[in-house]
Amino acid sequence: MEKLLAWIDDRFPLTKVWEEHLAKYYAPKNFNFWYYFGILATVVLVLQIVTGIILTMHYKPDTELAFASVEYIMRDVSWGWLIRYLHSTGASFFFIIVYLHMFRALLYGSHRKPRELVWIIGVIIFVALMAEAFMGYLLPWGNMSYWGAQVIISLFDAIPFIGPVLSEWIRGDFVIADATLNRFFAFHVIAIPLVLVVLVFVHIVALHKVGSNNPDGIEIKKKKDANGIPLDGIPFHPYYTVKDLVGVIVFLMVFSAVVFFAPELGGWFLEHDNFVPANILQTPPEIVPLWYFTPYYSILRANTVNFLMVDAKIWGVIFMGLSIMVFFIMPWLDRSPVKSIRYRGWIYKTALAIFVVAFVILGYLGTKSPQAIDLMLFPNVYWAQIFTIVYFAFFALMPWYTKLDKTKPVPERVTK
Amino acid sequence: MSEGVDRDKRRFLTLLTTGVGAIGVGFAATPFVLSMTPSARARAAGAPVEVDISKLEPGQMMTVEWRGKPVWIVRRTKEMLDTLSALTDQLADPESKNADQQPVYAKNPGRSRKPELLVLVGICTHLGCSPSQKFQVGPASGMGDDWTGGFFCPCHGSKFDLAGRVFKGVPAPTNLVVPPYVFLSDTRVLIGLIGDDTKGAA
Repeated sequence: MEKLLAWIDDRFPLTKVWEEHLAKYYAPKNFNFWYYFGILATVVLVLQIVTGIILTMHYKPDTELAFASVEYIMRDVSWGWLIRYLHSTGASFFFIIVYLHMFRALLYGSHRKPRELVWIIGVIIFVALMAEAFMGYLLPWGNMSYWGAQVIISLFDAIPFIGPVLSEWIRGDFVIADATLNRFFAFHVIAIPLVLVVLVFVHIVALHKVGSNNPDGIEIKKKKDANGIPLDGIPFHPYYTVKDLVGVIVFLMVFSAVVFFAPELGGWFLEHDNFVPANILQTPPEIVPLWYFTPYYSILRANTVNFLMVDAKIWGVIFMGLSIMVFFIMPWLDRSPVKSIRYRGWIYKTALAIFVVAFVILGYLGTKSPQAIDLMLFPNVYWAQIFTIVYFAFFALMPWYTKLDKTKPVPERVTK
Repeated sequence: MSEGVDRDKRRFLTLLTTGVGAIGVGFAATPFVLSMTPSARARAAGAPVEVDISKLEPGQMMTVEWRGKPVWIVRRTKEMLDTLSALTDQLADPESKNADQQPVYAKNPGRSRKPELLVLVGICTHLGCSPSQKFQVGPASGMGDDWTGGFFCPCHGSKFDLAGRVFKGVPAPTNLVVPPYVFLSDTRVLIGLIGDDTKGAA
């Protein structure tokens, strides 16, 4: 056995990779609950790929056949219902996990120097994941699939000059048609998954170069013992592999409960209107994207005012784009001398709390009609405008309030 | 044979090779990019649609499919037509000045060839949802007490009057599109004209 390993090591750096990334990768010893979501995202990625491969064996990317082939998977394919529910529930859980994973960065400053690139690669993963989810949602060819895609692709129409040509190029037709379904299938099952896998790999490579952050926001590499091992570090394997295994099992318990007892989750994970085949003459009474897109959908339709010679429609698209792009520059917006929320003052804590509230309320409003009054006093669209401003203020004012905020002294070594 | 390196020459050659390579990549990418544009079959599938409107009663609307889009035909009543002139102040483009939104023969108060017959592409000019008909008047419509009938887009709340004209302060930037059409007889209408005559002088 040792001879075989030596033979391999002469030709491929197997032991080296094992040690650098697992057995001798020293992670801070004070990881808490928030540090499970990286591994959970990886688990869900694998789950989506495996269930996705099985689904492609039975699915037909053709406007005449797509809807029926999904029903065929649900009713006639052996265990098809389980595979499909795992895939659809997995999509929603992917976003729950990714949002919590990103929130962890906001809590402990994981996006701050020297981890800017880890964060930027992560945001690219987030954007790719949104594209993946959006294209996958067209495939069942339900009525919400069709009209949701219609709305989002029409966004490109808003771009001056090249817009109409661009949206035709994306659709491959003048309307959402068979060509669109077929190419979305191609992107969903091969192009974007490939990109995602590569990006996740690069995300981890970048992380292992700089080392993991921790709830204290302290660089453990600054305090090393005589052997050059961080005093507050423990080898990822076996310590965190075992700990993560527990986290994965708990996650799978929650996940299975949803898959088996509430796979549609009352319309939140699978919308009722998508159990009707696409009808090009009939828009559903409310076009609502799945929950993970609703905060951005709210921002898209919040602006109803033309200003600076630009149509309200185009501003809506610009604001929605900015609301995601702004994540890219976040490492440079934060000017606080400390990383972790544990040593920050009340201003950042308040700002972050308000941001989370704004994000959740925008998400809620995105599922409601703009004209209705669901919160209080005035119609939803005005609330969406207010919280869109709050959303952007969190980022726009960050350079000032993070600097102003009184911080506590950061300890030399990690705490419990 | 000199051991030294002529760095300027090397940099020049590198730049030149990169430039030529980039042009090659551009040419090679062209077929891949263009393969995603609408195919010849998709381009050909824009045939006009002939519709029988003899059963359309006053105040009723019918929907037909043309080029994969819903097209509405509404036979407006006298009361419906009377609402149009009162709304001018509330509309973004009451006189249909935006020439892209209708053929020349529909640039009139009713935006139609025959005053009572409205023909519209039923796709919201905001983001492409299909608005729903809200022909009831006042509180019964659920659109507010002063609603005089029209269309409402459920996606983003855009409102249009009974000539497809957009209200001010809603996300849709322009009036609904009037497709090219021609009356073949009193009961038959042809939607979409042969050829590319979208401005439809016919």
